[in-house]
Formats: sequence, C-alpha cells, structure tokens
Amino acid sequence: MSTDPTPAVRAGDPPTAGTLLRVEGITKSFPGVRALDDVRLDLRRGEVLALVGENGAGKSTLMKLLSGIHQPDAGTMELDGAALDVRSPREANERGISIIHQEFHLMPDLSVAQNIFAGREPRRLGLIDDRALARRATGLFERLGIPLDPRQPVSQLSVAGQQMVEIAKALSFDAKVLIMDEPTAALNDAEVRTLFRLVRQFLTPRTGVIYISHRMEEIKEISDRITVLRDGRYIDTLDTPGTAVADVIARMVGREIRTDVRPAPAPAGRPVVLSVRGLSTRRLLKDVSFDLHEGEILGFAGLMGAGRTEVARALVGADRSTGRVEVRGRAVHVRNPADAVRHGIGYLSEDRKRYGLLLDQDVTANVMLSSLGRESRAGFVRDGDARRVATDMVRRLAIKTPSVRQRTKNLSGGNQQKVVLAKWLVRDCDVLVVDEPTRGIDVGAKEEIYDLLRTLADQGKAIVMISSELPEVLRLSERIVVMCEGRVTGVLDNADASPHNVMELATRFGGAEHLLATTGDAR
Amino acid sequence: MTSTTTVTDALPDAVVTSRGPRYRQQLQQILAFAGLVVIFAFFSVASPYFLDWANIKGILLATAVTGIMALGATFVIATGGIDLSVGTGMTLCAVMTGVFLTNLGLPLAVGVLGGIAAGALLGLVNGLNVSFLGIPPFIATLATMMVAQGLSLVISGTKPIYFSDVAGFGQIALGELVPGLPNAVLIFFVAAVVAGVLLSKSLVGRYALSIGSNEEATAISGIDVRRWKVVVYTVAGVFTGLAGVVMASRLNSAQPGLGLGYELEAIAAVVIGGTSLRGGKATILGTVIGALIMATLTNGLRIMSIPQEWQKVAVGVVILLAVYTDILRRGKDA
Repeated sequence: MSTDPTPAVRAGDPPTAGTLLRVEGITKSFPGVRALDDVRLDLRRGEVLALVGENGAGKSTLMKLLSGIHQPDAGTMELDGAALDVRSPREANERGISIIHQEFHLMPDLSVAQNIFAGREPRRLGLIDDRALARRATGLFERLGIPLDPRQPVSQLSVAGQQMVEIAKALSFDAKVLIMDEPTAALNDAEVRTLFRLVRQFLTPRTGVIYISHRMEEIKEISDRITVLRDGRYIDTLDTPGTAVADVIARMVGREIRTDVRPAPAPAGRPVVLSVRGLSTRRLLKDVSFDLHEGEILGFAGLMGAGRTEVARALVGADRSTGRVEVRGRAVHVRNPADAVRHGIGYLSEDRKRYGLLLDQDVTANVMLSSLGRESRAGFVRDGDARRVATDMVRRLAIKTPSVRQRTKNLSGGNQQKVVLAKWLVRDCDVLVVDEPTRGIDVGAKEEIYDLLRTLADQGKAIVMISSELPEVLRLSERIVVMCEGRVTGVLDNADASPHNVMELATRFGGAEHLLATTGDAR
Repeated sequence: MTSTTTVTDALPDAVVTSRGPRYRQQLQQILAFAGLVVIFAFFSVASPYFLDWANIKGILLATAVTGIMALGATFVIATGGIDLSVGTGMTLCAVMTGVFLTNLGLPLAVGVLGGIAAGALLGLVNGLNVSFLGIPPFIATLATMMVAQGLSLVISGTKPIYFSDVAGFGQIALGELVPGLPNAVLIFFVAAVVAGVLLSKSLVGRYALSIGSNEEATAISGIDVRRWKVVVYTVAGVFTGLAGVVMASRLNSAQPGLGLGYELEAIAAVVIGGTSLRGGKATILGTVIGALIMATLTNGLRIMSIPQEWQKVAVGVVILLAVYTDILRRGKDA
C-alpha cells in the first residue's frame, strides 16, 4: 500500500477549486427514528469543513454512512465525481475516507506500530516482519512530526498519545477525506496545537477534512466553512470568516420550541428530598452540587461528555465518587446500587438494554426484579402475587404487551422503558434518576413517557431527568442544571431558560478563553 | 398462550407474531427427552440385555452421582459461571465423611451432614473467590479442583477409607426404601425436586437466572450480585457434598484417587439439558434428562462391547449434537 506523504501540487490544479466530496438528498431511518432527512453537504478540495449541530442532529449518522457502517435509504454520495457506495469501513478506507472516532478503537496490549498497521502488516515468508513494521511506523511518525515510539504498547500512552495513534493510523491510509469526530475532547491546549498542525499538514489540493466539534472557538480557528445540521436536516452552510459564534448557535437550536407546554412554576417550600454537595469522580466530575425537591423534575442539560450520565451513575453507586449526598436530610453512603435502592433511589439508564432489562425474561420478572426480596416469603417467590402486581403495573402504565409472560425482548422501545419504570414504582423509589428516558423511542410513545413522568412528579416523586433533547428538558423540568466538562455551569429556572442560554452554558469550556488568546499567531 | 392481562386489545404487531416463552422452554425439554427416547430405543433393539431391570437399575445408579452434582452445577451455570471443582470436591466430601465416621467414629447423621457441610464450605470458598476477589469462575474453580484433589490424598494418606464398620452407611445408597429402587436413585430424584423448586421459585434461583441474563442490569436493580453469587456457589457445594456421601455409600469406601473427570460429565449433562453456558437459561428437568442421556449412552455402548476409547468419542459427539441443535433452535427465534 502506498503511503505517499507529499502529493505534488500539479500545475493547473487550482488550489481550492471543485468539490471533493458531495452528499445529496441523504435520508436514513432507524426503527422509530428518522435520523437523516434530505441532508446535503459538500466538502471542497483543500478545506476544513466544520460540521456542527446539537446531540441527535444527525452528525454521527452521517459519518457512519460515509464510513460504510450504515447505508443510506435514499440519496447520493460522490467522491471525486465518482459514486461512493461503501459497504464497510474497510471499503471506505480503500476509497480514501478515514475517520477518527470519538471513542478510540485501539488494541491496548499491542504496540503502537501493530495498531496502526493492523490487518496490513508487512510480511516475510508469511510471518509478520516486525522490523519492517517498526521502520514503516517510524517513517510515518517522522513525516507527521509525531513523537511516538512504535514499539510502545498503546496501554502505556496517555489519552492524547492514543489520540495521536488514531490520527497516525488514519493518515497512514492514503486518505483523501479525513473525518474527525470531537477530536479535541480529551486533549489539552498544547495537544490541540499539535492536532491542528497535523490537520493543516494533511491538507493539500486533493484532500479535505470534515471536523465535527462542539467547541466554537476551535471551529473558528481551524475551519473554512461551517455546515449546520438540526434534527436530521440540513440547515445552512456559512463561511467561517465573518460569522459570529452566536449566528452558528442560533442555527443549531433554531427549531421551534413549543413554549406553550412548560411546567407550572414550582410551588415554594417543598421539602428537599435529595441534596448533593461536591460530587466528584476521578475521571470527570468536579464539585457537582444541587438540590432535588419533592414533586420536582430537575432537568440536566449539556453536550455529549459533559458528565450528566456520570452524575447519575455516581448517585446510584454504580461508579465510585466522593462528595456528600443527603436523602431527606440524612447523610447516606451509597457504595453500590443496592445501597441506592435501599435509600429509595432508582436509576433508568440511557442504555436500557444493557443496564435496565433482562431481555430474555418476561415482563413479570423484570417488573419484580428489584422487589423480589421484599415480596418473597422465607426466600421463596410468590408468583401469584408477583403476576398480580405486574398485571396491575401493565394496566397503570398502559404497557402494550399481550401478557405479563411476554419476554421484554419482544416489546417496543417505549414499552420496554415503561417496564423499567414499573420496576422502580413497584419498589416504591422516591427518587428516580432517568437518563435519556426517550432515547430510541418513537414520537407517540415519547408523549406517553412525558405524561407519565409528569404524573409521577405530581404524585410526589422527585425526578432527575437527564436529556440531550433540549425541548424535552424545557418542557418537563421546573429547573435545569447545565453541565460542561464535568462541572455545573449554571442552574436555571424554567421561566428563565431558553435554548440560547442553555447552549451558552453548555459550551462554557474552561480552556476556551485561554485558547482564543493563543490563536492569534497560529494561523 | 394464556393471557392473564386485560390489555390484549392493544397489541403491537411484533408482539402478536412472537411465540411465548413457555412454549420455547417446553420445546427445549421435549427435544432433550426425545433424544433420550431415541437413544433408549436404539440400545433396546441393539442389545438384548439392555432392557433388563438390573441393567436399568445400573443406569439409574450411575446417573445418581453425576446427576446430583449436575443439579448444583446448573445453578452456577445459570449465572453464566462454571464450577470445575465438583468432581474432586465430591471426592473430598467422601473422604471427609470417612474421617468423621470411620476415623472419629461420629454418629451416622453427624458424619453425613459433615460431608455435606464440607461441600458447602468448598462452594463458599469458590463463591468468595469469584465474587470478592474477582477471579474468573473457570480459574477460581480450577484452583479449588486441584486443592480438593490434593487435600483428599493428604487427608486419607492416599489410601481408601472403608466404611465396613459403620452400620447402615451402605444403606444410604444401596438400600431400597422403595422396593426394587436403590435409595441413591431416590435421593437423586428428591434432590432434583428440591433443586427444581429452588431454581424456579426461590430467590437464589431467580437471582441466579437474573445474573446470568444480565449481570449489570441486575446490579443496577439493587440486587447485591456479589452476595448472591456466593450463595449460588454454596448451594452448588451442598449438592457436591451430597454426591460425595452417596458415592462413598455406594462404594462403601472413600476412594481419594477418584473424582477427576466427573465435573466434566456433570457439566455435559447440564449442557445437554439445554442450559446455556452463557447463563440466564436453565432448567432442572433438562439437567435430569441430560444426566440420564449421559449414563444411558455410556451403559449402552458398554453393553454392546464398544471399547471404552470409542465410548468417549461417542459421548463427545452427542454433546456437540445436543448443543448444536440448541444453537439452531435459538438462531430461528432470534
């Protein structure tokens, strides 16, 4: 495989003329969700195109189509004027599209060089030629100016080092289009500088970069144009110079938000059910504090990776944390989920198939799971009672299932979510921590879940609701906690909250101002 | 399918077309049972001695010891774990029973309960190692398998312990409370009923299946997964202890060199019965049928004078067939 580093600029090649990658009329649906609807995008030769949008705007889906993980339902994609119809990431690589994903896909126990050339190792007599492998990697690093030791195991590298390996791997293919998904999420300023240098080095009149990020300052610095997606649709493309950050944000959140349905202001003087002070984790959370009142839905807003799910997991003892948690004024020590449940805190995970359900077991088993111990007599389960309770829940929450003996695997997403909710209701949890309660659920079922959460709150339950869908947060929560990079950057009363000020708080990155100050001479 | 709810008026299409779980569980046992019938019929035709009651009794006796071990192993496998220590563990329990009854001269009941307690202790150690030290079940029980084997030899001084002086001990396995049926078989059937109730009706069984279905979801639901795993391994240990006592009684001696390989037969019985090694899916009836298939197969092949080497080959092939049909079946409803 050729990894020619310096494609010569041929005479007559206009520096940035023409389209490198064109996407038109792309539509992609998943069960219950239309992820992309008539989306277009064009990447010019030699440019960095920033792709922005809220969580769920369709950026990741679009990238998955370009990298061959999924195929579009309708629409066309063209690379260098030829149709692009890739069926696998490998095919995409061969066509010259390289993607650096947000999550690394590295094999930690293998060396840097082995990771980069996995699947295309140089061979001699059928065996892997380690020396040639190291040589090839060294050559690549010298060309890119990356200070990495090809023989070092990846597990010994810092996060930034691993990021560099991913980038080197992407560039080791003869890539025409480099797609970077939130590449700076884990990097410090100096590392961001190195990354930007690599990006500029990669740009030639025959290549282009699609840069996905939430960080407006970085986008201002590195990109030539900005394409905005919202709710799976194409909104606008702006020239970066001369565009204000506020304009971009306005287009990101510009959807019509139904302001007619907002919760009534919370009545004063309701008792605090859950009080959290200085909640921190080693990896992300820094000093998170908030109060949750009886009958309240407290929304948690923020971008991907802001630390909202981490708050939930720390609260229920799924992850280790430090800080002080009080339930109804009494300090509690939650070491594991069993402790949390004892104190009346139930958790609906964002990943209900992994953390919420026993998919192979029936509705009764799932609804009763948390309460089996309490409902049993001398260690034996009373199945008649269990089925009655489950049947009652099916009726109360209008769970659509032919029978309580139905395996939860066969229920729709919305009904599965109701089963998980039923589990905590049977257990009489006062505090419900619901993480992305309507993820992967169709529109009709969403409304039902909203109504259900509202009713539960009205009945006195205290609910922490984490959601990436701003309309959902605005519609349901009396107050909104906004997070960014593991910190709480603001708490808003619903009446004061707007998409704009929530988004501003959600993008209040610690290093942003500093970064602005150092960018002047970089370009 | 019986419907116990009143919400059948609002069914999504996907739900209507899928078959209920009861049908599927029954199918799994029906298939295993059909396999047993086929094997049984084959040997009845192939050998005139096979259907002799003495021979059938032999099959049932052979089923009893492995079967009792397999009952306990079913619980561990239901969690998605594995217990390799049941074979040599059984021997250790037999040896301990010998120590209590022959060497120390304790009363019969005390000796028997002591042997069973030794099994429970072994299971407890397995459970603690798996749960609190986080050692993978395969490794944790491989280690105790070796420890149990070594201890059996050390404690017995590598010599068999005989129970000739212990009045009534031999009756435990070979007496016939029900005329014509050895007590060992009776004990196996009673133990199977107890195990069946434990697995399907008690917290241990339910939690074992929940952990096997989805350990993370079970933990998030507030169940102390580590504690319940310890209970599950201890339950398995109790069955190991019982198997040890029955084995010792049948041979009227504790043979410290025996035991290795029994664990694989027990696991094979569980797997043939349709219990998934990934956990979450297990039935005691399946395990009983699986144990019967293993014993019938070995017995039938021996009666047909098939050399022992080839018997092993045949058993191996049957295990492959049994698990593969299970995979085929599951592939269809996935």
